[in-house]
Amino acid sequence: MISHPHAPAHESASATHHGHSNGHEAGHGTLKGYLIGFVLSVILTAIPFWLVMGEVFDSKLVTAFFVMGLGVIQIVVHMVYFLHMNPRSEGGWTIMALIFTLVLVGITLAGSLWVMHHLNANMMPMSPEMMKNMP
Amino acid sequence: MASNIQAQDTDKPEFYLTEEHHPEGSTMLGFWLYLMSDCLIFATLFATHGVLGRSYAAGPSPADLFNLPLVAVNTAMLLLSSITYGFAMLQMERNAKTETLFWLGVTGVFGAIFLGLELYEFIHLIHEGAGPTRSAFLSSFFTLVGTHGLHVTFGIIWLITLMVQVSMRGLIPENRRRLMCLSMFWHFLDVIWIGVFSFVYLLGVLG
Repeated sequence: MISHPHAPAHESASATHHGHSNGHEAGHGTLKGYLIGFVLSVILTAIPFWLVMGEVFDSKLVTAFFVMGLGVIQIVVHMVYFLHMNPRSEGGWTIMALIFTLVLVGITLAGSLWVMHHLNANMMPMSPEMMKNMP
Repeated sequence: MASNIQAQDTDKPEFYLTEEHHPEGSTMLGFWLYLMSDCLIFATLFATHGVLGRSYAAGPSPADLFNLPLVAVNTAMLLLSSITYGFAMLQMERNAKTETLFWLGVTGVFGAIFLGLELYEFIHLIHEGAGPTRSAFLSSFFTLVGTHGLHVTFGIIWLITLMVQVSMRGLIPENRRRLMCLSMFWHFLDVIWIGVFSFVYLLGVLG
């Protein structure tokens, strides 16, 4: 039997858990961290609902800007306090995967909206007669 | 003599795995990559809704249909379930099995309320004649929100499975790993919901 150096350590680690594996795992949260994240999330959720339901701003563009901005901030809060993202977890691979995904998401969203907007803008206007003759 | 046997031993082919202790981190990284791919699915659905979200086909608009107080309650349910899952993880680290199960149960209840309210909203919309076939806007709305709801459904099934596992086997390393994965999945769903209530509901009602 090849000796398995970690086998006995593994048994004891199951009791204390914070043996040798701690450094590899995604970071653990603390009660304080979860509560900070929760309070921030409640505030960041309440403000956009209040802005829209209370019709605080006259300009819809300003309201939309605030709603999306606060949404982005809340996503960052969730990432940090609930998902325990940090640039060092997994030797930096989680953050690399996240950045790569965000680039793809950006291309997907911005590209779709841009291309489809131009398709709409360049579409030939149709009269009801033309609509009737559509296949 | 002894060294001779050892030499023979090393020449033999090994028919069992002698790999190192499975590092905990790789599962987490792999699951994270799955979540990122899931994120791309939602990105395409968000993009679809962004393109089609104003095509009402002379049908009802978001301002006519959406009940923002209901959406606010829904958001609160999902947010509460996120923090209670966090409490479950904290109890898991303290090795408190009963408390972990209690907070997992609370999380499941909040998740179920969220799902119930969403189903109520869907049924209400379909009864009003604003089903997914009514307009391109409603098609993309039902697809996006329905996909999120489907994720929550499977999250709850996973949660119940893990509660049974923990109650039977206790907080063994395997169950801890599974709970960590579900934790990431559950918080990820809350992150997606932030996009849904901001982009679909609030901006939709705003017009």
